[in-house]
Amino acid sequence: MERRLVLNKTAGDFAGSRSEYKLQNFFKKSKGKKRVTFLTKILGNKNIGDLIFERLTLLFAMLVFFLVVLMGWEMYSNSTLSIKTFGLKFLITSTWDPVAEVFGALPVIYGTFVSSLLALLIAFPLGIGVAVFLAELAPGWLEKPLSFLTELLAGIPSVIYGLWGIFVLVPWLRDSVEPFFQNKFPNSPLFQGAPYGFGMLAAAIILSIMVLPIISSISRDVLKSVPNTQREAAYALGATKWEVTKVVLSNAKSGLLGATMLGLGRAIGETMAVTMVIGNRPEISASLLNPSYTMASVLANEFTEATSDLYISALIELALILFIITIMVNILARLLVWSTERKWK
Amino acid sequence: MVVNEQVNITTEKTKSPHIAGSSLKISVKELSVFFGKTKVLSDININIFERKVLAIIGPSGCGKSTFLRSLNRMNEEVGGNFTGKIIFDDEDIMKLDPVYLRRRIGMVFQKPNPFPTMSIANNVVAGLRMNGFRDKKKLKEIVETSLRQAALWDEVKDILHESGANISGGQQQRLCIARTIAMQPEVILMDEPASALDPISTAKIEELIFELKKKYTIIIVTHNMQQASRVSDYTAFFYMGKLIEMDKTIKIFTDPELKQTEDYISGRFG
Repeated sequence: MERRLVLNKTAGDFAGSRSEYKLQNFFKKSKGKKRVTFLTKILGNKNIGDLIFERLTLLFAMLVFFLVVLMGWEMYSNSTLSIKTFGLKFLITSTWDPVAEVFGALPVIYGTFVSSLLALLIAFPLGIGVAVFLAELAPGWLEKPLSFLTELLAGIPSVIYGLWGIFVLVPWLRDSVEPFFQNKFPNSPLFQGAPYGFGMLAAAIILSIMVLPIISSISRDVLKSVPNTQREAAYALGATKWEVTKVVLSNAKSGLLGATMLGLGRAIGETMAVTMVIGNRPEISASLLNPSYTMASVLANEFTEATSDLYISALIELALILFIITIMVNILARLLVWSTERKWK
Repeated sequence: MVVNEQVNITTEKTKSPHIAGSSLKISVKELSVFFGKTKVLSDININIFERKVLAIIGPSGCGKSTFLRSLNRMNEEVGGNFTGKIIFDDEDIMKLDPVYLRRRIGMVFQKPNPFPTMSIANNVVAGLRMNGFRDKKKLKEIVETSLRQAALWDEVKDILHESGANISGGQQQRLCIARTIAMQPEVILMDEPASALDPISTAKIEELIFELKKKYTIIIVTHNMQQASRVSDYTAFFYMGKLIEMDKTIKIFTDPELKQTEDYISGRFG
């Protein structure tokens, strides 16, 4: 009764109106005996709509997790033939011969890692530079459009990067860059072999452009999560812009490492653009000019040709390795990014 | 908030008091500060005297912190600009390099902000190292003397290598004061230095201010009337971007000229 009075007071507009009558009736009704049904027994006090909503979204969320586990399991069970046949040899031998049905994945694992790491070597300083400019130095009117543009790079389909690589990058490397390095460093093992254009260097450059937006945008977020009180503290001690930036960077170290590893994750799994420019030859060579091969490229190129069970099984094992590596790299990277961003909350 | 006719009081009436036996350190003339098109402070005239404590009081948003940040040109870093003049030891601060100015006018913030990636010792000498001071033996000495001056030495002397973020909030704030002292500034600005601390730490900070004013000119912004009356020699009352009244602390707190000041001090508004 009291509750109703209070309600009437606050809802002054309703007083005396038809709505007030309805409202009072509503409370009278709900005050009456609660109907105990099968549903209320299960639900308790919960609203049934909310409960369905909650469970349904939970189901969707679990579905994502379930899919990942299912994929891993499928790949594992389909690659048992190859795992049994080659064992550890699959990882440490270099012969990839579909005709003789001998599969050693070392050259493609090597190609995957070396191309990705070279890409990071180029993209890391650039990406951090972009991030520092966007987070610390750029005036507001410039920061937004520039951030948008760098993120736009991430949205370009990789086949377009590949085409650009074939028609612009590769000829340029073949005609100018690679001969230049060969003349400058004739004895360096990094620049041996014929300058085809297609090869490790082209793949690394293409990859570096593709991971740049990831590294720079995540790094920018990480830098922005460092609170302003740190910058103020440095300024108040007579720090220059550069010294303030150093303080911010040292606070964000692990997050920046995480951003770089997210870039690595992307580079390792990148398929189309790399396949188009890397030359696709499973060989281990120190030279940047020689063709190479990556796990993702092998899968893209050879699935249609794989006819024998063992061949298919070997390819699936390769996919499983790629899957595990990218998942590990991404988990580690996310943890690093979170560790920086959480520190301040 | 009570809207009061006395808000429009002009600043001519509120001349800074003269303090006997102390020379002028900073002279603020006709200072107005803008953020974009918003005028945050208008026509402030204040004289600040050497080795005295000036307390700045006033309700939130009255421009106290902005005033403080004008003095070491920190407003510039967040897009503020000002008209008028600030004369620091006979020099216009706009003609000084801000890096050099901030070495001479140190600042302690509301929330303790030690550098978590540096050890306690390195926190103390962070400013010196940034300014190119490298003499290791000298730096070690400065660490000790600064921490002693900040009344923190005994508590941290065995953990100097630990991160500056690993000590309590009150200790962190004293570390920040030590970091400021290590620069041997002439003026220390304190922006509500005790508002995030417990009563015991607050008392320690206040004691410290008493000690520090023998060597430094101190300007402290505070929400705490008792604190202002305890630590300061003279007090300025700001309201809505204007300096309403400024006088010796004892006068402000016992017999203010203006009713508005009295109302604020007695807690009737703000």
